[in-house]
Amino acid sequence: MVMAQANDEPVSQPRKRQKVDPDLTARITKFRRGDPLATSKIPDRKLKGTLRYQERLANEAAELAAKADDWLLPSTAGGLEAEGMERTWRFKQDEVVQAAEVGAARKVFDLSLTELGPYSLDFTRSGRFLALAGRKGHLAVMDWQRGKLVTEIQVKETTRDIQFLHNESFFATAQRKYAYIYDRNGVEVHCLRDHVEASCLEFLPHHFLLCSVGRPGVLRYQDTSTGQTAAAHRTRLGPCSVMRQNPWNAVLCLGHANGTATLWAPNMPTPLVRLLCHRGPIKALAVDTDGRNMVTAGADGQVRVWDLRMLRPRHAYFSRATPDRLDISQRGLLAVGAARSIQVWQGALEHKANSPYMRHDVFSGRLSSLAFCPYEDVLAAGHSDGLSTMLVPGAGEPNYDSRVADPFQGRNARREQEVAQLLDKLQPDMIVLDPTTIGQVRKEPQQVQEEAKMAALVAQRTESRAALEKQAEKKKMKGKNKPSKRHRKKQYTIIEEHKDDVRMRTQKDQKLGKTAAVAEDVMPADAPRALAAFYQKGRQ
Amino acid sequence: MRIKAINRSEEECTRERSQDLQKVHKNLDPSLHPLEKATEYTRALNAAKLERIFAKPFVAAFAHDDGITCLAKNPQRLNSLIAGSADGDIRLWDIPSRRCLRRLVGHTAGVKGVAATPSGDACVSCSTDCTVRLWRIPAAGMQPAAEPQEAQAALEFHGANGFRAIDHHWQGDRFATAGAQVDVWDHARSEPMSTFRWGAESALSVRFNPVEPEIFTSTGSDRSIALYDLRSSTPIRKLIMQTRSNAIAWNPLEAFNFTVASEDCNLYTYDMRKLDMAACLHQDFVSAVMDLDYSPTGREFVAGSYDRSVRMFSYNGGHSKEVFHTKRMQRVFSVRFSADGSYVFSGSDDMNVRIWKADASAPLGKLLPRQKQTQAYNQALIRRFKHLPEINRIVRHRHVPKPIYKAGKLRRTIVDADARKLQNVMKHSKPGSVKVKPARQKKIVGQEE
Repeated sequence: MVMAQANDEPVSQPRKRQKVDPDLTARITKFRRGDPLATSKIPDRKLKGTLRYQERLANEAAELAAKADDWLLPSTAGGLEAEGMERTWRFKQDEVVQAAEVGAARKVFDLSLTELGPYSLDFTRSGRFLALAGRKGHLAVMDWQRGKLVTEIQVKETTRDIQFLHNESFFATAQRKYAYIYDRNGVEVHCLRDHVEASCLEFLPHHFLLCSVGRPGVLRYQDTSTGQTAAAHRTRLGPCSVMRQNPWNAVLCLGHANGTATLWAPNMPTPLVRLLCHRGPIKALAVDTDGRNMVTAGADGQVRVWDLRMLRPRHAYFSRATPDRLDISQRGLLAVGAARSIQVWQGALEHKANSPYMRHDVFSGRLSSLAFCPYEDVLAAGHSDGLSTMLVPGAGEPNYDSRVADPFQGRNARREQEVAQLLDKLQPDMIVLDPTTIGQVRKEPQQVQEEAKMAALVAQRTESRAALEKQAEKKKMKGKNKPSKRHRKKQYTIIEEHKDDVRMRTQKDQKLGKTAAVAEDVMPADAPRALAAFYQKGRQ
Repeated sequence: MRIKAINRSEEECTRERSQDLQKVHKNLDPSLHPLEKATEYTRALNAAKLERIFAKPFVAAFAHDDGITCLAKNPQRLNSLIAGSADGDIRLWDIPSRRCLRRLVGHTAGVKGVAATPSGDACVSCSTDCTVRLWRIPAAGMQPAAEPQEAQAALEFHGANGFRAIDHHWQGDRFATAGAQVDVWDHARSEPMSTFRWGAESALSVRFNPVEPEIFTSTGSDRSIALYDLRSSTPIRKLIMQTRSNAIAWNPLEAFNFTVASEDCNLYTYDMRKLDMAACLHQDFVSAVMDLDYSPTGREFVAGSYDRSVRMFSYNGGHSKEVFHTKRMQRVFSVRFSADGSYVFSGSDDMNVRIWKADASAPLGKLLPRQKQTQAYNQALIRRFKHLPEINRIVRHRHVPKPIYKAGKLRRTIVDADARKLQNVMKHSKPGSVKVKPARQKKIVGQEE
């Protein structure tokens, strides 16, 4: 009975091939870390098994992430589409605001602050809070979407830049002489006297480093969790007022008056990279979130896009008005500000775009800063008459991650996140050009190994020589001072000293002359038989 | 014009009432999580440090009146431990309540071995007073007993000589003793069922195979390891090593593998089908290894040594992964793994049975799911980054007492010198004339069938 059943059924059923969704495979690549590993040629079976297992886990994780990304994310990115003869860059901001939903339209506003401008601004990483710094010392932090003013102070001093620290509880300002840190109540917490005449500030949130550069041209890294100065590098390129961080690897990009852009890390006193970008001073600089592209704007009217991984220029745009403000949004929209006008470009980084995505002119005043709000479709512009915002659909990432930045974070969540951030704080020397190299075991190059070996040899020799000299001083023991003994000792030490050299030489000789020696061992055919004893092997 | 701009409502993104759980949103896009590798490395480093900080393996000590010579766990009861001491006293311990349930009195000389029956309600003990006694043992009750009661042996077996070790069969009413010869006894008979003798002056230890219950091994004072089958009247095979083996244990999951604790400070794992070379050599002790026992998972085992330390080894690891010692612990004569694999018991000459956590940094008690998750995450991180020098150094670091440290250093010097000498000899001899035996084979003298 059992046999009959077994015979009825096919012995081996053809395996069902799983349907692979071609879209999914494309999306999986986004979640892959590095290239897949070729395990087939690894001779060690144990290692091969381990690596294959890890590879399988990584693939599964990438696939699950792609599926979760596909199915679970609540909202999609914004966008602006023209119909028929329309062009998106011809839309006036008023029309855009009118067409947008009420909630989105409410985010567009103008703050008229004509007295104390021009204003520089900064958003928190969640995009909920906005810090404003008027040139004449007017500082304000606001919960801008709710229209709530958190704090407002007048420091009665020239203020050049403002920057939030790890969350909205603290912000740093670059004032006339020093940099200062204030808390959310507007109380001055620290005066950073090392940061002299800073003109721009940048905060590296994963490393808790507040960085400043200014008129003396010294780039300073200060750890805001411990208060210690992590590094201070002299750029030797004069006063500097353009600084941005690369969010992908936390390397700082500085733009200088001689047209070069330099990339810096705390553990290198010289720039990691020096790029000659423009013929004339660099006016503005921006890096995208993936760390792939850097955009520089020069006084020569050029806006150039650079490939930051290959360190090559991609392409350039020309502008009649000198572009002096730049920013890149989370989804790769580029905002270029010149005098009073703002242009937003879409898809302009990887490939050269023909026309801008949107345009807008501020009503009055001159632009002093541009910043996309994270997780919102909003671009904020600080100018000499206050602050205005514009709606740029498709600029922000629609789905936030609560563990990274939560726009609706409460007090307890903020406290917990602060602890988590501090636990995960990275050391300053982990800032490198390619952060994926961290955590890899690197075999030392052969040259370094040989150098280390030589150094050890030299050290050993000097040590033995020192010991010998010390011995030479002692001639007291009876019988040790005989001329013959002394001579023998001397000979011995000479031999000892040269032993390593001789050994190395013989090893090298052996390596080189191995084949020749083998050939000699064999007795040639024409050799007389009497000489056979001198050959190790018999006649050929 | 068609337009869509981000417009989140706070009501949808946050919880309705303060009693609700917080809404957590996730986005796995790698561009939102920059520097993830560096962050993971930092977390791994922290995890490695925390693991070392929380590594407090000692749990409790049970006191006897004389040095502990043997330990036995009950196959049926997780909470019970039987310990025999050099004054002839056997105590039954209830581990969770840390109290002595019963004292088994009767032996007139030191107890050398105890073993519980598979049913768990009796145990057999052997002593140098030439007797083997069988005791009924109670289960630990919930109510606390004020004073441990004393109990007499239910059965008594007499031999001609003193006994050195005992082990009970995993299924039947039989047990094997090691002494002047290897005897197999039945509960119902006063004389041994069968006796095995194979040149050895005396047998030191005996252990039944947990999977093939008729097969058992013994070690002898003639430096031999002998394999027996109860179904045949003669021993199957004998392996002779350079030094004698004090104890032997079968791997419960790969029951063809067994490990012996050798007098030469090392442990050797053998495959019983292939005795010409050890499957693994486990080193790190600096004095004779006295006893060992496998974890029920078969992935690790514990060994105690005359150098006053207890070490844990992976079943295929050449060096110990954990070392336990205290200031007052003396020569360790007996070690056992708990039946759930989470604790380790050691009995030493200082009259104490000590309980250690098998995973030194694991928290005691029941864990919340979140704690479990954190533990698992931390361990995965350490596993992933263990090859990096900084983490490797922290994870591997163990403090050992000065005498052990110095003796280990000396041993290493000697081993290195020998290796160097061998290298020199090879360098100055005709190629191929110097035969080098691998360390796993070096200590094997021969085999007999």
